[in-house]
Amino acid sequence: MVTTTALEAELLELAGAVPDPELPVLTLRELGVLRAVHVHGTDSVEVDLTPTYTGCPAIEAMSLDIEQVLRAHGMREVTVRTVLTPAWSTDDITPEGREKLREFGIAPPRVRQEIGPVPLTLGPTRTQDTQSGTEPVRCPHCGSAGTELLSRFSSTACKALRRCLACREPFDHFKEL
Amino acid sequence: MTATGPATVPVTAALALGDDALVISHRLGEWAGHAPVLEEEVALANIALDLLGQARVLLSLAGDEDELAYLREERAFRNLQLVEQPNGDFAHTIARQLYFSTYQQLLYDELATGTGPFAPLAAKAVKEVVYHRDHAEQWTLRLGDGTETSHERMQRACDVLWRFTGEMFQPVEGLDADLPALETRWLESVTDVLGRAGLTVPEGPRTGAWSAGAGRQGVHTEPFGRMLAEMQHLHRSHPGASW
Repeated sequence: MVTTTALEAELLELAGAVPDPELPVLTLRELGVLRAVHVHGTDSVEVDLTPTYTGCPAIEAMSLDIEQVLRAHGMREVTVRTVLTPAWSTDDITPEGREKLREFGIAPPRVRQEIGPVPLTLGPTRTQDTQSGTEPVRCPHCGSAGTELLSRFSSTACKALRRCLACREPFDHFKEL
Repeated sequence: MTATGPATVPVTAALALGDDALVISHRLGEWAGHAPVLEEEVALANIALDLLGQARVLLSLAGDEDELAYLREERAFRNLQLVEQPNGDFAHTIARQLYFSTYQQLLYDELATGTGPFAPLAAKAVKEVVYHRDHAEQWTLRLGDGTETSHERMQRACDVLWRFTGEMFQPVEGLDADLPALETRWLESVTDVLGRAGLTVPEGPRTGAWSAGAGRQGVHTEPFGRMLAEMQHLHRSHPGASW
């Protein structure tokens, strides 16, 4: 059982309020990448941060931002550790975070159907990927469920590019991971 | 980047997997500015970025990531010969991606369920690799089942790279995986995709006398030296340079 002190809870809140460098509408808490804060002594702190994707370049900017915020709050020594386990999943994005993504024009990730790696099933070529039982990706602009995939990779590795068949607008979709 | 893990890391295996990811990442990065369409430019760069992230974690398990990437000579690299093959045309890149990402997904899937030093990375990376394999598969179907020209080029690419696919299943010291079982599943999966794409599964050996298991022992094909020269040039000319 890990106990959190009042100071740790306060620092966790401060670090959690740092905006994501690439999606500034989200905070690190809403993105679900901030794992823990451990205070040693009175002014030394260790922060556990997990990357969304292994190669996500934003993690370095996140670390610097956290360091700055916590130093401004009187911490003399701030260490940000990158932890891989348990692996981050889009299910770690909070409900508020999903809503903010949608308002920002990015279709939020759907809740993952199963835990762990996707099994080796070879699906048919798809553009309108409405496999039975799968919830559709809705257009963040008009809400239509009729959308098609344009590219599996978009402006960042975590997003896919889609197009709405109703309002014809292209949009980013935060891929399930 | 720091990665936490058990103290005992099999260095040979960490280098093998890390070098695979690093080298194929660099090859994919060479498409920047040259891909057939903008979406593919972005897709290949994103796949390269995922692989670079994996390489950083794996090489950091074996030592200093920058020293390992930039200051080793060709013979010290332990990557598969498959991943160092030049990009060729788009079909070659897709065939290389299909062969490699199918292998990587099967391998990471197995490593992720274990308790070894690679389990944390494998559990994270396999979710990324699923998208890489899907990308390669969809393109294989599209090119194989496309025009006469795309079919012919895709078939040629699959044939040419076939002889580099046996090496993936050669034993690696410290790599705790059932490689013969992975090979069976790899063959099943690739055979299925090629069949659905209207392509013929290549015949002929999957290793050549001159290439068998060689990359893992530090013996590489000619294009690799040129790739390394370009990759390492900046760091060697300006030691310690950073952005």
